[in-house]
Amino acid sequence: MNNWVAAPLLIPLFTAVILIFLHNKLMLQRWISLFSTLLNTAVAIGLLLRVHEDGIQTLNMSGWKPPYGIVLVADMFAVLLVLTASVVSACCLAYSFRGIDEQRERHYFYSLVHFMLAGVNGSFLTGDLFNLFVCFELMLMSSYALIVLGGTKRQFRETLHYILINVLSSTLFVASIAYLYGATGTLNMAHLSLRIAELGQSGPITAVAALLLVVFSVKAGLFLFFWLPGSYGAPPAAVSALFGALLTKVGMYALIRTFTLIFYHEAVVTHTLIGIMAVATIVLGGFGAVSQTNVNRILGYNVIASIGLISLALAVSNEHALTGAVFYLVHDMIAKALLFLLAGVLVAETGTERINRMGGVLLHSPLLAWMFLIASLSVVGLPPLSGFPGKLLIIQGSLESGSYIIAAAGVLLTLLLLYSLIKIFILGFWGDARKERNPEWKQPRKLLASSAPLMLIIVLLGLFAEPVLPYIQQASGALSDPSVYIQAVFKE
Amino acid sequence: MEVIAAVVVGILFAVGIYLILTQDLLRIVLGTSLMTHAVHLLLMAMAGLKGGAAPLLDRGKEEFADPLPQALILTSIVINFGITAFFLVLSYRAYQKLDTTDMDQLRSESSRHRGRSR
Repeated sequence: MNNWVAAPLLIPLFTAVILIFLHNKLMLQRWISLFSTLLNTAVAIGLLLRVHEDGIQTLNMSGWKPPYGIVLVADMFAVLLVLTASVVSACCLAYSFRGIDEQRERHYFYSLVHFMLAGVNGSFLTGDLFNLFVCFELMLMSSYALIVLGGTKRQFRETLHYILINVLSSTLFVASIAYLYGATGTLNMAHLSLRIAELGQSGPITAVAALLLVVFSVKAGLFLFFWLPGSYGAPPAAVSALFGALLTKVGMYALIRTFTLIFYHEAVVTHTLIGIMAVATIVLGGFGAVSQTNVNRILGYNVIASIGLISLALAVSNEHALTGAVFYLVHDMIAKALLFLLAGVLVAETGTERINRMGGVLLHSPLLAWMFLIASLSVVGLPPLSGFPGKLLIIQGSLESGSYIIAAAGVLLTLLLLYSLIKIFILGFWGDARKERNPEWKQPRKLLASSAPLMLIIVLLGLFAEPVLPYIQQASGALSDPSVYIQAVFKE
Repeated sequence: MEVIAAVVVGILFAVGIYLILTQDLLRIVLGTSLMTHAVHLLLMAMAGLKGGAAPLLDRGKEEFADPLPQALILTSIVINFGITAFFLVLSYRAYQKLDTTDMDQLRSESSRHRGRSR
């Protein structure tokens, strides 16, 4: 029992409630929200060290022993993602001090962000399937409000699609929970894993697994991603960055958790299906990214493509691939947030989202240009940066298990992403400016300064991958051996 | 009893999906709401529709009803209530802003928008 496990969920929740009452005091709101995310980061680091030393930490809510009550489980995988989410959200909040207009700030922007963070952290930490649904809904409700906040025509259109898709997938989520409860009589994930191991993963349970696969794929943007590029482009950059970094990754986390902990018996059916979806996602997402000329849509397709890569690792599910998946997931959250934030500066600077109307940004904002280049190269996976170790491990893992198509898809993805991002660089940053620049436009130093920590992490995570690797391996070790997780939940 | 519940769930799902596939925004919202009801009923039916006393230990009864699905359904109803309310308000605001509730027009405008931005 460790009460700190609930802290990453409670801190944003209380902050959000406090901020509702302070919605007219802008400076106070900003500092409280920044302080809260930094506090959350500190708590996450504390938890990380604790989990590294003493193994998985659990908390039985209200003292109900599992499987009867809701249990929060902080294993290394969850804590790593909570830590990354806290760091990313701190940077996005610092960015939004300048990047979000005052009208939005007054209309509960910071509250909504913190409610969303509570949902995100809750989804990472919970050990109960229905609680996962509740945390998902908390996160999605706030994201509906965040995506439409501001109320432009484009936001309304995209939000309607976004809500409809998510409501449908949530409905199916509850349906699959109902089926699972009927089949096994429990919703605690560790207990579900035990029960299904006892009963054998029969046909009906595999069908429920496929239903859950559909649900989480919609949330993660794995194959069922048609809603994603439009929706993520509609809100301001700080919100897109939070969405691109956190929301799809929560879906991905749920996929990895359920298919390594609960439904790992019929890998021939489920994991093959995941592999097919992943390759399709990579091909469609990669070519989507290449074909677009709108910055935000290119980045949206980039989010989809990297979800495809992580799912490849899940389809293979051996130790190297899972280590790579965890590493890449952490890297991807940071890198995608950075790219969306920088794209926000780029769009503000040039006044257009279309790259063929940009040009010459390198001349007057060299810092932005170089930061964007480093972020792009890290997403692609160039060696000294953080994208490389994860990608290498995933491809190594897929070669070890003889899945050559999957390895080939991973390499193909690299080329497509490289092309799509360098296209932004060539058309947007090189050449002469196509348009008169806004003379009132000042150098966005504060915006760049708030995204700088993310870039620093990308570089450091790549250079010092060796010291980080034990943590990642602890996470993937627990993923490849479900009994570690189960014993930790039932030990008391 | 379970068979009847299954049939009702099926009908509700069918009606919900039919409404979601229509073009009018209001019908779509109602469709999602109906589908959630179907799912709640499904949750109830999957846990077994049996009678029994309230699950209190000191009553000395042997047959207990399972309280968990009811707790789950209650939670889900509250969430669904919030989302449906938000969805309705959003649809109304979208109607005010975009002057239409027809999904076809919404989509064609948005694809025109995409075409412009390309």
